[in-house]
Amino acid sequence: MPGDNLVEERHYLVPEHVLIPKENAKELMKELGIEIASLPRISKSDPAVKQLKAESGDVVKIIRDSITAGQTTYYRLVIK
Amino acid sequence: MIMKKIGRIDFTILSPEMIRKMSGIEIQNPETYDKDGFPMEGGLMDPHLGVINPGIKCKTCGQTMKNCSGHFGHLELERPVIHSEFGRRLEIVMACTCKECNRLLINDNEIAKLEEQTKGKIKDFSKEIMTKSKLIKKCPHCNAEVGKVLLDKPTNFYYNKERIYPTQIREWVEKVPENDLKLLGYEISRVRPEFFVLTVLQVPPVTIRPTITLEAGMKSEDDLSHKLVDVMRINMRLKDNIEAGAPQLIIEDLWDLLQYHVTTYFDNNTAGVPPAKHRSGRPLKTIIQRLKGKKGRFRYNLTGKRVNHAARSIVVPDSFIDISELGIPQEAAKELTVPEFVTEWNLTAAKKQIKTSDKPVYVIRPNGSRKKVSIENRDEVSEELDVGYRIERNLQDGDIVLFNRQPSLHRMSMMAHKARIMPGKVFRINPIVCHPYNADFDGDEMNCHVPQTEEGKVEAEKLMLVRDQIISPRFGAPVIAPQEDGVTAMFALTMPQTVFDKTEAMQMLFDLGINELPKPDKGKKYSGKLIFSQLLPKDLNMEFESFTGSVLKKIGVDHEIAQKVVIENGILKQGIIDAAALSSGRGKLVDKLARDYPPMELEIFYHKLNRVMPLLTAKGMTVSLSEYDTSAEIKKHKEKLIEETIEKANALVKSYETGKMDIIPGKTLEESFETYMVRLAFEAKSKIEKEVTKEKLDYVLGEELVLNTISMILAKSRGGTVNLMNIAGFWGQASVREGRPKKGFTQRLVTSNLRNDVGLMAGGFITHGFIEGLTSKEYFYHSMGARQGDVDTGVATKVSGYLYRRLANALKDLVASPDGTVRTASNALIQYQYGEDGVFPKNTQHGKSIDVVEEYKNLKLKKQI
Repeated sequence: MPGDNLVEERHYLVPEHVLIPKENAKELMKELGIEIASLPRISKSDPAVKQLKAESGDVVKIIRDSITAGQTTYYRLVIK
Repeated sequence: MIMKKIGRIDFTILSPEMIRKMSGIEIQNPETYDKDGFPMEGGLMDPHLGVINPGIKCKTCGQTMKNCSGHFGHLELERPVIHSEFGRRLEIVMACTCKECNRLLINDNEIAKLEEQTKGKIKDFSKEIMTKSKLIKKCPHCNAEVGKVLLDKPTNFYYNKERIYPTQIREWVEKVPENDLKLLGYEISRVRPEFFVLTVLQVPPVTIRPTITLEAGMKSEDDLSHKLVDVMRINMRLKDNIEAGAPQLIIEDLWDLLQYHVTTYFDNNTAGVPPAKHRSGRPLKTIIQRLKGKKGRFRYNLTGKRVNHAARSIVVPDSFIDISELGIPQEAAKELTVPEFVTEWNLTAAKKQIKTSDKPVYVIRPNGSRKKVSIENRDEVSEELDVGYRIERNLQDGDIVLFNRQPSLHRMSMMAHKARIMPGKVFRINPIVCHPYNADFDGDEMNCHVPQTEEGKVEAEKLMLVRDQIISPRFGAPVIAPQEDGVTAMFALTMPQTVFDKTEAMQMLFDLGINELPKPDKGKKYSGKLIFSQLLPKDLNMEFESFTGSVLKKIGVDHEIAQKVVIENGILKQGIIDAAALSSGRGKLVDKLARDYPPMELEIFYHKLNRVMPLLTAKGMTVSLSEYDTSAEIKKHKEKLIEETIEKANALVKSYETGKMDIIPGKTLEESFETYMVRLAFEAKSKIEKEVTKEKLDYVLGEELVLNTISMILAKSRGGTVNLMNIAGFWGQASVREGRPKKGFTQRLVTSNLRNDVGLMAGGFITHGFIEGLTSKEYFYHSMGARQGDVDTGVATKVSGYLYRRLANALKDLVASPDGTVRTASNALIQYQYGEDGVFPKNTQHGKSIDVVEEYKNLKLKKQI
């Protein structure tokens, strides 16, 4: 694939992605009151997810800069 | 309620067998009605196809008009024709397969490879196969020569430049094996390519193409029926000719004609096919035309539906009704009805209403039957009326109605008002509510809807009433505030020169609903500030800078009216009330009243404000030419300054041409020069602008207040110092695309200029104002800038309108759910916290959750007291 051989480094515009361990993910979903299937999705082949070596079914936490809230966390479900 | 979710929708082509199976009857007769006006058996209007006349039973299902939705029929085409919408698909199949053995034009290895890629699913590889098969000369399976397939859109096919007919095409694609079709994306159980060659045509039920009987008893057929008649006729002729053994040439001609009719039956706008016309020359509206576009079924009938209980008329201003009211013309009120339950409390009122109604109203009995009330039976119906009945009475004062102006770009484009029945034929609204609707009174029309249920009424009143919509949910600032004359009137009222004698003051206070005369504060007279204070709630305390004050400070004038506005315990102590207090968006006073008091308070304030506004009419506000005449001193100064500016510009041009000019970092020499030139012109203009403004202040600051455009500028109710300057001073630099105008003629703007003259005067500098008049050259320069302005507004409205529509459509069913998340209609998550911070802009101060500076000020104010 094109871009496969790029240096694995974070671009300043790409927000920080963190992989959430499977056992924590369940708790988190309970906390948020959301079913895991209703999470917004992200492709496994997304460059930021690739670096985390996430599997489909994992939850990724994304820490973004926000105009209104300063910083926000966002959760996305990794899919194939 | 049982909720079901639609998983997916598939669209396919009906197979010929399916068409025959679905069909209620085979159509064999091209006639519609016989000479007695009865539908012909086996004709296009056969009763088997459904009922369009009440009372007649459907021959297929036995139901009447209400319950039978119609049945399809079919007609057998004598010769197959291509379905014009699928010509391209057929071309692909033919280009990918061999004419002789009907296999794909790639070898077995390649087929196996592609099959592996599909992983048991159906995938479309036609693109890959097409590129490969183009290079192949001989079929890898049967070694036959491969010819070239060409589609002459929409329906004519050529094989090696020789015409091939639908029969041959059908035979060809019919024989393509299932596995090969799979690689072209066909799921055999649902669709086969030969379905694209029609052997049988579906005839739609009469219910979708009803015969219309005109007043004269004339019958008029639907366009679709006309087209079907055409198809049928040619089909019959073709049949006759074939049976009679006519020459091939004639048959082919008829065949092409049949193809034409079938093509236009589906789409009368097919490229390369002349549209079929009605006798009058109007193109026929066939299937695709019915569905497509703005007036098509989707956008016109499904996304936009017409409603009952609505009225539309021109809007007109009326300052003497409240902002939450709406003046509804009597004529409309007589047509609009509201259902009302008859209870023991309103029984007498309801009876009286029925007795006195001169327009038909309805009474609904407890068993649900409706009774029309007319003048003849109104007495007896009113006697019959009892608790448990419902009446549909006419609109009356105080009813809740929705009022809307298109385009409905925001929430405040539709608000609830309280009806007030008034004479005339137009809607009346308080001009203060113009802003959220973006209405003016140059002929704007608006719509009014009457909620028909108790829930609807309550919901409208609690959620949509004008007084609850004052603060915009978009940016947290008031959107409903006085404009123009309202602001000017308050400016005039609060000026120190404005004093009233006892009679005048009494009249004004009476208009405000005040019966006690306060003590005079200016000797024996009453100041305007005292009157204005009567509008304010008694516990209001605030301080802010007025717009007038900031303008005066800028030009260095110290005067009483430049003071801060101070309101103590609801009394205006000092300062001037202008746009800084009242305007939408920035109005400090309006903002405070809307935020710190119940919504009614601001409505009362506006009500009272409207009562004192006639002051402006009484005083008389006018415009005169002399207002824009400047003193000889300023004229002299202006001339001198322009001369100086031109000199400076000439020096600049010299330094530019010799290359000695300083370059602004990040810009080229030319760009820097342009910037300098524009700056030079701007500096000259602002100097004179200040002087002119200062001189004109005399109108406002003088012994007697002269109400003219200068007051408007100071109050910021309309126009600014720039406009004053453009009239009384000079225009300055004309600008096109954020710079000096560049294009006109070769290397010059106007032919009377020298080529390559980059000087100030040749670059669009205008040294006159509108009072003096522009020279012809200046007029040209000015027009260049004006033209761009006009084009920009035109383009901007068009582009931003469409952009906004797309955005609104994409976001329209997102909802901030009770748990704080934002979700779509199907409950999919969009945001974990509404707006990422969970803050509703309506509850903010101009978008800030907490305005620390403002809060500090408020605390300070409170401590002082």
